[in-house]
Amino acid sequence: MTTPPKQFPASMRIIHWLMAALVLAMLGIGVSMVASLGDYSRLVSIHRPLGILILLLVVIRFINRRLSSLPPWPPDFPARERFVAAASEALLYTLLFLLPLVGWAMLSAARYPIVMFGSFHLFPILPHNVMLYAFLRKTHTVLAYLLFFAFAAHFGAALFHTWVLRDRFLDRMAPWRAR
Amino acid sequence: MSNVVSTVPKPDSAGTFLRLGAVAIVVAAVVGTFLCLGGWFSPHKLTPSRLTDGFEQANGIHSGFRRNHAKGVCVTGVFESNGRGVRLSKAEIFQSGRVPVIGRFSLGGGNPYVTDSPDAVLALALQFTQPDGEQWRTAMINLPVFPFKDPQSFYDNMVAGIPDPNTHKPDPEKIKAFLAAHPETVRAIGMIKSHPVPAGFDTSAYYGLNAFRFIDANGSATPVRWHLQPLQPFAAADSTAPHTNKNYLFDGVIAAIHQHPLQWRLILVIGQPGDPTSDASSPWPENREQLDVGTLTLDTVESEESSPTRDVNFDPLVLPSGIAPSDDPLLSARSAVYSQSFTRRAGEKKDPSAITPADVAQGSSR
Repeated sequence: MTTPPKQFPASMRIIHWLMAALVLAMLGIGVSMVASLGDYSRLVSIHRPLGILILLLVVIRFINRRLSSLPPWPPDFPARERFVAAASEALLYTLLFLLPLVGWAMLSAARYPIVMFGSFHLFPILPHNVMLYAFLRKTHTVLAYLLFFAFAAHFGAALFHTWVLRDRFLDRMAPWRAR
Repeated sequence: MSNVVSTVPKPDSAGTFLRLGAVAIVVAAVVGTFLCLGGWFSPHKLTPSRLTDGFEQANGIHSGFRRNHAKGVCVTGVFESNGRGVRLSKAEIFQSGRVPVIGRFSLGGGNPYVTDSPDAVLALALQFTQPDGEQWRTAMINLPVFPFKDPQSFYDNMVAGIPDPNTHKPDPEKIKAFLAAHPETVRAIGMIKSHPVPAGFDTSAYYGLNAFRFIDANGSATPVRWHLQPLQPFAAADSTAPHTNKNYLFDGVIAAIHQHPLQWRLILVIGQPGDPTSDASSPWPENREQLDVGTLTLDTVESEESSPTRDVNFDPLVLPSGIAPSDDPLLSARSAVYSQSFTRRAGEKKDPSAITPADVAQGSSR
């Protein structure tokens, strides 16, 4: 009989930390560009392809997660905390999937070209409808703030486990091999 | 240990409080950085929202209309390229052939019901769609040079021109102070005044104003500005004969387009090394090479109320591969503010246009 893994598999940990860096950069770019005149166009041209990359990664990540064997919860982790952890994970997955999808949809409804790089464009996924655009544009902002605060809570919880509880909970997702 | 709570160090220990404090400080720093990037702590920084607010202060909010160039009619036609532009840009539009065009004639200013006058800024916005699906959008005006070199001076001038609530007129002192601080604006206005005012949309030239970089098939870049030269013979506005029709400019272009298609040559002005590309208020020397790259033909006109073009944002940075932005700070700012204006009007109820479908239909019988 094999002992259950202590950590998430390497593939999941790599995608986790790669996405952490991309999503953090994306949130910074997103909130800066809407407040900037001078850097707006440069930031938007990074924001669009980066968002689609995150959408691809979250789909790959979700499939990979379903196919991987996950480390069990620590035996002393109470049901209430398991629920909070599972719910926050589901929220993060949902937001990471919805936010780029809403971005793609809103550009489609506004009939902006969805430029990735050079002359490579994505196809529109909605008909030209500016009322729909206006709704999706607002939704994009609301979801982005929600994602930012979900990230802050996730990050704060990881720090709390590591610095205050000192329960080595972070080892499960650490980029290094846990002892 | 059956419960994780029992592993928590005693909450009254000083070390725990310190460590909790460290968590709080780090999380607060991350949140603070994010809000700082979003401009939450810089209430006086000029942002796309604040610049768009400026248009609303100057013109009021007109539901469903563009915050600038609010009064307009929509047109369609074709651009026929003669292939000469290929040496400057790899964009498909410059290869010999025809591409469909949609566009919009408009007047400068955010009032969609403004009375047409010879002082108005005339504009033509276009969207070319290449066979490969890439688009080129450009919004041009009849002024040969732009009076402002950056977004801040554009905004400051607009705010200086807002009528005083008591006198209902702009404060001449504020305008004088603006001009004293902006010699480039004074110089540009001098150049603008030396050009005759066109009698109508159909006989006007339209200038792209900002410089762009044209990228050829080998990847080398050339600074370029462009304008449209009318094939309709030029007629100067007659400022001595007052117009009784408040839509005379629009009625004029509707009648003209119903009579015969309107045509312009697309002229690329080719910059030399050292020509300023970051200042739309500073024209290039007169002797720069001008390259005629094709002919624009506009043959149908439609009210905004019935045209899908109403719902197009003529963002000047929607460019095909082969045309790239220059270092002109106005370009990014225009893109940002057009987008803000578009987002605001997109969600509003669409009020009727000054030029109705009936006006356009009537023009065909004039």
